[in-house]
Amino acid sequence: MSEKKLQVLTGIFMVIGLICLSYLAIKLGELNLLGNERYPVIAKFTSASGLRVGAYVEAGGVRVGLVDKIEFDTDDYLAVVTMAIDNTVHIHEDAMASIRTAGIIGDKYVKITPGGLDYLEPGGEITETEPSINLEELISKYVFESGDKKK
Amino acid sequence: MANQATNPAVNIQNLKCHYGDKLALDDINLTVAEREILVIMGHSGSGKSTLFKNVLGLVTPTAGVVEVLGKDISKLKKTELYELRKSIGVAFQNGALFSSLSVRENIELPLREHTRLDDSTIQIMTMMKLAQMNLVGHEDLMPAQLSGGMLKRAGLARAVIMDPKLLFFDEPSAGLDPVTSAELDQLILQLRDALNMSIIIITHELESAFNVADRITILDRGKQILTGTRDEIRASDDKRIVNMLGRKVRDDAIDAEAYLDSLTKGRSK
Amino acid sequence: MLTLAIDGKNYLLDLVERLGRAGIFLLMGLWRIVTPPYKLQPLIKQIYFIGSRSLLVIVVAGVFVGMVVALQFYDTLVRFGSVSLLGAAVGLSLMRELGPVITGLVIIGRAGSAICAEIGIMRNESQIDALECMAIDPYRYLIAPRLLAALISVPLLTAVFITVGIGGGYFVGVILFEVSPGSYFIGMYDAVLWQDIVMGATKSLVFGLIMIWVATAKGFFLHLDKSGVHGSEGVSKVTTDTVVLSSITMLFADYIVSSLIL
Repeated sequence: MSEKKLQVLTGIFMVIGLICLSYLAIKLGELNLLGNERYPVIAKFTSASGLRVGAYVEAGGVRVGLVDKIEFDTDDYLAVVTMAIDNTVHIHEDAMASIRTAGIIGDKYVKITPGGLDYLEPGGEITETEPSINLEELISKYVFESGDKKK
Repeated sequence: MANQATNPAVNIQNLKCHYGDKLALDDINLTVAEREILVIMGHSGSGKSTLFKNVLGLVTPTAGVVEVLGKDISKLKKTELYELRKSIGVAFQNGALFSSLSVRENIELPLREHTRLDDSTIQIMTMMKLAQMNLVGHEDLMPAQLSGGMLKRAGLARAVIMDPKLLFFDEPSAGLDPVTSAELDQLILQLRDALNMSIIIITHELESAFNVADRITILDRGKQILTGTRDEIRASDDKRIVNMLGRKVRDDAIDAEAYLDSLTKGRSK
Repeated sequence: MLTLAIDGKNYLLDLVERLGRAGIFLLMGLWRIVTPPYKLQPLIKQIYFIGSRSLLVIVVAGVFVGMVVALQFYDTLVRFGSVSLLGAAVGLSLMRELGPVITGLVIIGRAGSAICAEIGIMRNESQIDALECMAIDPYRYLIAPRLLAALISVPLLTAVFITVGIGGGYFVGVILFEVSPGSYFIGMYDAVLWQDIVMGATKSLVFGLIMIWVATAKGFFLHLDKSGVHGSEGVSKVTTDTVVLSSITMLFADYIVSSLIL
């Protein structure tokens, strides 16, 4: 085989391999080489119980982003949740963020209910929030109340 | 000239070599002068290959001195040894050509690895060696496509491409028919005259040995029985040598006749 | 009893000796990779042999493995009503386990055995001695380009395998069983983390190294084989040894790497 053909065939292999490698690294590994595809939005909740980093952010039942960080604000005594929202999705200033549960024992996620005013800037804050409903509290309340009734 | 004469290409003194517990070479003393062809003879297992590995520094001797081109092999560092080997050519029994390279690429290899010559120079040098070895027209074949004689000639071309001062040839006539073998002997003699080198040939073929040798050394079970010119060997009355010279011829004759007999008997039945 | 003990001791000594020899062999080869002179042409030739020539078989293997993984996971997940996890399951299993392991096994069969036989034949026909005699370092000329080519090619082939496997999974999941394409891909993108990519990449590098190390060392030391089988029979023996030994070592290393990273 001629040297040129050898080099071309080797080159083709290397290019295909590198394309696959970058696809896996960028798409699956979320390696950010091509700038941000998401922008941050903050929401403060009175309780973020059960919400994990990496949980979905949904709007109208469609996944529009992920929970990026959960911190605790000692001044306000609130949970500060930073969400990474897809660049293609815009969120209104008066939208509402609520923490919900998928199914009865499923994962917690953040649900965005749209508003009607201007769009938020990256890094903006959703002021209207609804904390996570604590299932255990609900159950214990129900159990204890029914127990009281029996007495 | 006088200085060169006292400076042999190879000088072996009291060489001993062990393989494990086995004594492979026992007290070998040999010198090869410039432009001399020395033939080392012996049956298989007589230590021919071990001797040759010692001279190339592929094996470390147990005792004794091996000087090649004026340098003591055992005192050389790895890089110095490699440097020395560049001025030694080795032609292997079956050519030992690299099967993945064409004949031309095989012959060019030492030049490409050791020199910074440009392509056209390498090509000219290769063509010269190809012509010398009578291989022109076969340079683009792969080793697997060559006949036994051509493989040996290609291996020889690769061994002398760097114009070495010392050439080893392992079993030049093994596996060749008498005509091809005689041609190869002729080639070796021409080569010595053309390139002015010392040649060490390892063989067990008497005829080939007497054709080319200036001197012959006979080894038996690691011991050096006799070293001398062709006539000295012929005149020797050492039993083992007489036996070796005699039996060789007789064996061949008997074998051939027996073979013919078996053929004709097979036919007539 | 006594002879058994002596046999055992000799066997152990022999094993230690061979391990040491193989270790030094690897270090010599790797050292030649990092020290000049660097030659591109032999490397290209080996990448072509290990990489380009394996591309087709890796693509075919990848498609079918992706398809069967999707089929199996679909059948399992559909019983729990969690078909939306199909993409995540396919992506994770390919990335962390199946991609590196199956690519490794295929390359052992396709390239490892061939490289071992090639070097074994070179040893057999005194081509390696000829290199030494021509003052060409066999480690630099034969071993280093093959080591480096495997370290480059195997991770790339693994990446191709995983990508194609994801495509095969897509075909079964989305086209045959009508899982929504969005949930397949987004589920996968969210489930597969950077850590999983690192695991897949580490494994493919380790497997590539094991494959080429065993293959080249077995061929290179053909003449030292204790069983005393040389010649063409010896070549076929070390080639079989290479396939068995490198597969087993690879699967062992698979467990070690997984447990170290997890």
